[in-house]
Amino acid sequence: MTTNSTALPLPASFALDRRLQRPLVILLALAAPLIALAMGKSWVRVLDFALLYVLLAIGLNLVVGFAGLLDLGYIAFYAVGAYTWAFLASPHFGLHLPFWIVLPLGAAFAALAGIALGFPTLRLRGDYLAIVTLGFGEIIRIFMNNLNQPINITNGPQGIDSIDPLTIAGLDLSKDLDLFGFQVSSLLLYYYAFLACVVAAIILVRRLQISRIGRAWAAIRDDELAAKAIGIDTRMMKLLAFALGATFGGVSGGLFAAFQGFVSPESFSLMESIVVLTMIVLGGMGNLAGVIVGAILLTALPELLRHFAVPMQMALFGKTLLDPEVLRMLLLSLAMIVMMLVRPAGLLPARTRYAHRDRRNA
Amino acid sequence: METFLQQILNGLVSGSIYALVALGYTMVYGILGLINFAHGELVMIGALVALQTVTLLSGAFPELHPVFLLLAGVGVAVPVCMVVGYLIERIGYRRLRNAPRLAPLITAIGVSFLLQTLAMIIWGREFHVFPQLVSTTPMQPMDGVVVSPLQIFTIVVALALMGGLMLLVNKSRLGRAMRATAENHRVAGLMGINANGVIAATFIIGSGLAALAGVLYASNYAIAHYAMGFTPGLKAFTAAVLGGIGNLPGAMVGGLVLGLVESFGAGYIEHLTFGFLNSSYQDIFAFMILGAVLIFRPSGLLGERVADRA
Repeated sequence: MTTNSTALPLPASFALDRRLQRPLVILLALAAPLIALAMGKSWVRVLDFALLYVLLAIGLNLVVGFAGLLDLGYIAFYAVGAYTWAFLASPHFGLHLPFWIVLPLGAAFAALAGIALGFPTLRLRGDYLAIVTLGFGEIIRIFMNNLNQPINITNGPQGIDSIDPLTIAGLDLSKDLDLFGFQVSSLLLYYYAFLACVVAAIILVRRLQISRIGRAWAAIRDDELAAKAIGIDTRMMKLLAFALGATFGGVSGGLFAAFQGFVSPESFSLMESIVVLTMIVLGGMGNLAGVIVGAILLTALPELLRHFAVPMQMALFGKTLLDPEVLRMLLLSLAMIVMMLVRPAGLLPARTRYAHRDRRNA
Repeated sequence: METFLQQILNGLVSGSIYALVALGYTMVYGILGLINFAHGELVMIGALVALQTVTLLSGAFPELHPVFLLLAGVGVAVPVCMVVGYLIERIGYRRLRNAPRLAPLITAIGVSFLLQTLAMIIWGREFHVFPQLVSTTPMQPMDGVVVSPLQIFTIVVALALMGGLMLLVNKSRLGRAMRATAENHRVAGLMGINANGVIAATFIIGSGLAALAGVLYASNYAIAHYAMGFTPGLKAFTAAVLGGIGNLPGAMVGGLVLGLVESFGAGYIEHLTFGFLNSSYQDIFAFMILGAVLIFRPSGLLGERVADRA
């Protein structure tokens, strides 16, 4: 999506020709890990995670931004995808199925979980829905934490390790690739694999947004009663939003398990759901470009804090007053409050056909 | 039989604390139609401020009587929470009163995490031991049933506070203004009621109750922690929904019922599931009740409002 030039007045030097924008973004996406590699391998890792979060944010945006259903337990679907991969491709159960079975299965289970969550909550709106989804996320986490007795399924709080990496056509992405004498880092391989997923997701979601389904979601989000009145099957559409949103979470979770090689309930706390939600809120609910920017900004934030905030505090006060983790939470929560008060549409607001009217009402 | 009575007692203790917190949720919801997500954090702030006061006082005057320490702790914690509650409303929610539904909710989540982070900065990540200011020496009124003065104290204080609140809402001038504002802000305003003032008062009263609940909660579990507000907050919300959100007696009934269900659930879940699930699943009950109520009886036990209004 192109930036909304009226909503976000950019200085003339930044206001690029629209035709130039797309190739530039593509070039940047392809070159980013190489630039990061020059700064150190840990930055490529950050980029890899950023792409996973982009995938999550795109999925959650489908539910929250498009259909207007506030889901606070979204990370549960991520967990379902990750644990599916961990169960089916690790020594834990002795299964080592290939990715083209595990990943779709994880996505399918996540979609089922989405329907399971959506079905009883169809009648709920707004804040009720938020709390029930939050409870759902917590229930999933409690089960992951405790299902090591009497039968060991999830291995409890210790989690599952030595998970199989992503292997595409015999190419193990966890090992550096020797390409005509060049060493291609495993992190780079993962980056391009994730990038492919993200691009596929973007294309899919953009098509979806302008389709009948996407317009139905927008109608439900703006006025459910009116949507019903013009003949939209709101139940079906909401379920679809939950299921499709969950699918993205499931895929992202599977990739996370493969990339990390380890899953434990700790990775799927409420805080993670909130972080993904903040990415959307910050970037601009309903706007794909905004959501992606939000996800990248917030994934990079802790690393930036680690690199800059700590030395700065050392220089100013002679000791670290706030460690990066606390600072991150502080900034996240402030971002949510301030964005809602000052710029509720996000950094890059969604462009609607009636944008001028929305602005007058805001 | 003895376990049965014991479970009832345990359920009443936690239930009366949930009820106190649930009152705050339900009062705000009744007036603004907003779930004050940050309400649980006020429980935490109440407990931690009381703890800080008690620690400072007992450090300075070691010979002080525990009852005085408790009163001092409460005496500081309640006003602090009231101020925090007022600020939340004034800064966070007032400007968003006519905004789309999701906006105040997201702000509320932000406020909740902001308060947690601030508490983490002030009091650290570690668990603090909350001193036992009311005796916890167990007494045995009946064979097999154990009760401590603290538990009796908790139930009595909670019930007294609830009675006081009912009097305030039903008999006083402020209470009548609150009920009128809940009915319709604009019309209440036309009748000469300062709606903003009434809403602020609602937040302040709810926050005070949350602070007291926090002290009781921390005393009963002997622990205070920056993230301790989350669970009681969520459970109290469940209690409020169970009783019928917006309905004060409903919140009390809901709190007590939830406490009892939890205590029985935790006591018997192993038998019921043939040992598959154990008491570490206790926290699931609240969510299951919440889901069940919202599906089958969204108006709650005593409420008339429908969930769709949210």
